[in-house]
Amino acid sequence: MAKVRGAIVVDVEKCKGCGVCVPACPQEVISLAKEVNGKGYHYAYMNKPEDCIGCANCAIVCPDGVISVYKVKLDN
Amino acid sequence: MDFKDIIKPENLVYRRSSLLTDKPFSYCPGCGHGTIHRLIMEVVEELGIQEITVGIAPVGCSVLAYEFMNMDMQQAAHGRAPALATALKRLMPDKYIFTYQGDGDLAAIGTAETIHACNRGENIIIFFVNNGIYGMTGGQMAPTTLPGMPASTCPFGRDVNIMGNPLKITELVAQLPGVHFATRQSVHTPRNVRRAKKAIQMAFEVQKNKKGTSFVEFVSNCNSGWKLSPVAANEWMEQHMFPFYPLGDIKVDGNLVTK
Ligand SMILES: Cc1ncc(C[n+]2csc(CCOP(=O)(O)OP(=O)(O)O)c2C)c(N)n1
Ligand code: SF4
Ligand code: SF4
Ligand code: SF4
Repeated sequence: MAKVRGAIVVDVEKCKGCGVCVPACPQEVISLAKEVNGKGYHYAYMNKPEDCIGCANCAIVCPDGVISVYKVKLDN
Repeated sequence: MDFKDIIKPENLVYRRSSLLTDKPFSYCPGCGHGTIHRLIMEVVEELGIQEITVGIAPVGCSVLAYEFMNMDMQQAAHGRAPALATALKRLMPDKYIFTYQGDGDLAAIGTAETIHACNRGENIIIFFVNNGIYGMTGGQMAPTTLPGMPASTCPFGRDVNIMGNPLKITELVAQLPGVHFATRQSVHTPRNVRRAKKAIQMAFEVQKNKKGTSFVEFVSNCNSGWKLSPVAANEWMEQHMFPFYPLGDIKVDGNLVTK
């Protein structure tokens, strides 16, 4: 069965820490960081990167469009 | 597989539309305006019509839309975007013209322009962001404020006996023969985002085929004005806004949708 692995890249300095991406992720990959970015926002990051399937749900609901999504298909 | 092996240009499946400027949106964290801007520009990008599209920004939080949408834009006096759109479309019929307006702009001060542009069947798209209040000026009651919903000018909730009932302007304009397509969407979940994008695509298709006015409402959060966190505001919207403003198509191909 072909498996997929995904990964997201958050533009940390542009993330506003709104948290809208967190419930949008079917894999519960995303959390908000304890640390803050330059604007004082608790930015989003992949807490469980190995579970990301690259579905882009998080990115399409992000109001600020700061998430890029990558996906690869693994054979076997 | 290592993270670094996944993050390669050939594996990119989603990125922010290249038709948005690098300027960070001026919107509050979690505000739907940003998502709606993104979706409109994605569609413009995918249709390849950046050079032949003109958007009109309103007065309201999205007054600066022209700072973010990287194409020809104008900005209209409060509520007058459909009048300006009428002029642009008539002078330049081969361009795609859309307005982008809030509920205070479109359904209060601009009601006359909205209704008459729709009634004339102007071949334009009206994108209407309904967050139930005047966001920019501090959360005052709007024509769209729900019965019982608090706002800064009705802190105990809208009393319909004194303040009248909310206006479902999308249902209202859908009655007009000039309106070819009317729909109500939201952008707070992935599924809703995908549906909303299809509605935006449909609206551009209608304009391409010169069929008349498309009216695309987005029920959206004003989490600052509602005084809720972004995620709680989206939940509140599902519980309170959607029963009054049900999502879905209202008029398709010039025919009212019977539910
Ligand atoms: C002629 C005029 N009257 C009043 C105002 C003040 N004003 C600015 S924005 C706004 C309301 C905007 O609310 P809405 O259209 O719902 O947009 P939102 O900010 O919620 O996105 C008002 C009344 C103005 N700028 N010009
Ligand atoms: S939705 Fe976007 S802006 Fe909001 S927390 Fe997630 S990445 Fe940051
Ligand atoms: S791409 Fe999908 S699985 Fe990966 S973090 Fe985003 S929502 Fe979660
Ligand atoms: S005030 Fe409301 S509508 Fe305006 S940017 Fe903030 S959340 Fe959005």
